[in-house]
Amino acid sequence: MSSKKTDRREFLKQGAALASAAALGATARSASGQLPGPEAQLPGTDELVAYGKRSRFVDSKRIPHGGRHSPDQFGLDFHIATPLQDSYGVITPSSLHYVGTTRGSFVPDIDPDKHHLMIHGMVDNPLVFTMDELKRLPSVTRLHFIECAGNRANSRHVTVQETHGMTSCAEWTGVLLSTLLEEAGVQEGGDWIIAEGVEEVKGTSSIPMTKAMADCIVCYGMNGEDVRPQQGYPLRLMVPGGEGILNVKWLRRIKVVDQFYMTYNDYGHLRQDPADAALALQIGPKSVITFPSGGQQLPGAGFYEVRGLAWSGQGRVARVEVSTDGGESWFDADIRGEAHPMAHTAFSFNWTWDGEPCELQSRCIDDIGQIQPSRQQAIEFWESEGGRRRVKGQDNSIQPWRVDADGSVHNAIA
Amino acid sequence: MRSPRLWLGAIGAAVSILVLGFHSQAQSPTYGVGRTPTAEEIQAWDISISPITGDELPMGKGTADQGSELFLSKGCAGCHGTDGQGMIAPRLVKRDIATPDDPWQWGRVLPIRAPYAPVVWDYINRGMPLGQEGTLTADEVYSLTAFLLYLNDVIEDDQFELNQDSLPQIQMPNRDNWAELPEWLPGQPRLQGYPY
Repeated sequence: MSSKKTDRREFLKQGAALASAAALGATARSASGQLPGPEAQLPGTDELVAYGKRSRFVDSKRIPHGGRHSPDQFGLDFHIATPLQDSYGVITPSSLHYVGTTRGSFVPDIDPDKHHLMIHGMVDNPLVFTMDELKRLPSVTRLHFIECAGNRANSRHVTVQETHGMTSCAEWTGVLLSTLLEEAGVQEGGDWIIAEGVEEVKGTSSIPMTKAMADCIVCYGMNGEDVRPQQGYPLRLMVPGGEGILNVKWLRRIKVVDQFYMTYNDYGHLRQDPADAALALQIGPKSVITFPSGGQQLPGAGFYEVRGLAWSGQGRVARVEVSTDGGESWFDADIRGEAHPMAHTAFSFNWTWDGEPCELQSRCIDDIGQIQPSRQQAIEFWESEGGRRRVKGQDNSIQPWRVDADGSVHNAIA
Repeated sequence: MRSPRLWLGAIGAAVSILVLGFHSQAQSPTYGVGRTPTAEEIQAWDISISPITGDELPMGKGTADQGSELFLSKGCAGCHGTDGQGMIAPRLVKRDIATPDDPWQWGRVLPIRAPYAPVVWDYINRGMPLGQEGTLTADEVYSLTAFLLYLNDVIEDDQFELNQDSLPQIQMPNRDNWAELPEWLPGQPRLQGYPY
């Protein structure tokens, strides 16, 4: 805006700020005259001093997943998808992290001073910890994604928020579960744990002891502050690379047991086919292009940085490949920053669009060589094994985006 | 299963217990934080039910006949349908289709898919009724479990008494017809032999 349009009152209001900028020697003026100033300034209210908020020009927001109404017919918010199309880097802001709750769950309002974690069952030394006691123990801080088993794209979806919005990545801080289990002393035959939350259904997941001892974290921190209530405040279990429902929120109890307990949250893992059961437990190698993605509009031919996210429930992303011709030819994308184990990893690919219709795809290869399949490859694999035409377990197939000649971008799942 | 490190931990715990003696304020062996819960605390918190043996099942009893009345009076029918046929809440009775040999084809119905009857008991006890979870008595949960098993022809007598001893004895149609989950080790593919 031109400075001529700034009225006298606004000018006076800005006076103090300009004076302090001048005192600090800020370059508010160029050699040839005055630069245009900001249109308005944000007031330094007590509220904004205490806890900042984003610009009023930013409207990125979560949406109910799967076209369901939220709240649903029971008056409950159920699954909420994160706006991946607006994300930068790998961390999902806590306010935009996807939310999945077990059927019927509400979000408990827990006083941390009254919250406890009990570890019992097949242990020598059952223990109860307060939150303060947990925070005294040695901690770890790690980047990890969480993805819902229902993060399955279909042809009706338009945006990447609809196709892939049930995955998010945050920096989690807490005590390794192995630290707590070693303090309790796991007995011979304690091959599983069950982890339970305090919400009304006491949502409980069974987790193999091998995984529990390997890298699970009892988390009180998320992105530098306390875990948010929708994510399990004051305590949530992180099961890196596992299907979302394993990451028990509002964690109150861990029982060491001798077998898979088939409890409330485990219903989805109770399967007839061992392949279905295994492929629903650990998230496969997966990636998606977030720009350009469905519903977006390119202004015309020219240079674009294709951007996206890749992840694997097994370990690190080793490589990401991008195709601009519907999977005919593939090129290495650049990994941006470091690829952390079981974490979203950002990738980019320098692309000059010639203005012709084309199809963008990405695929993830992880550090043990698992490769993200096309939908067709996954279906053909199971068909050759005598199975039905479907992608088994958690769907990690390639997401195709079609760019039309007019620059509009569309979901190309047939 | 058990690592040498765990053995050391267990020995450490044993030594600590010997030194400290058994008392309610015992702390974790390495870091000296936390406390030992009382047996009453553990019992109050522990609502898990061992699927095969039903070890932790509380004393109680009920019949399908009693369960059929509770199904109406507790509001189950309002969401699951009068006959358990499903409405806004999931179906609870098997579908009548031409696949008599494969219970997995009878629908996504918990009292059929659960390989062991205590799993059904735990689900009702933990998660129902919606909005009033945790209000059912043990007798009511035995009765409702009996009614769902009766609806699905798992038990044939609506006067059969389901209790902490008889419930684990029920032979569910999927008892030996479910997939074990794999041992989950870091750095391993999610399914051996599957490249994706």
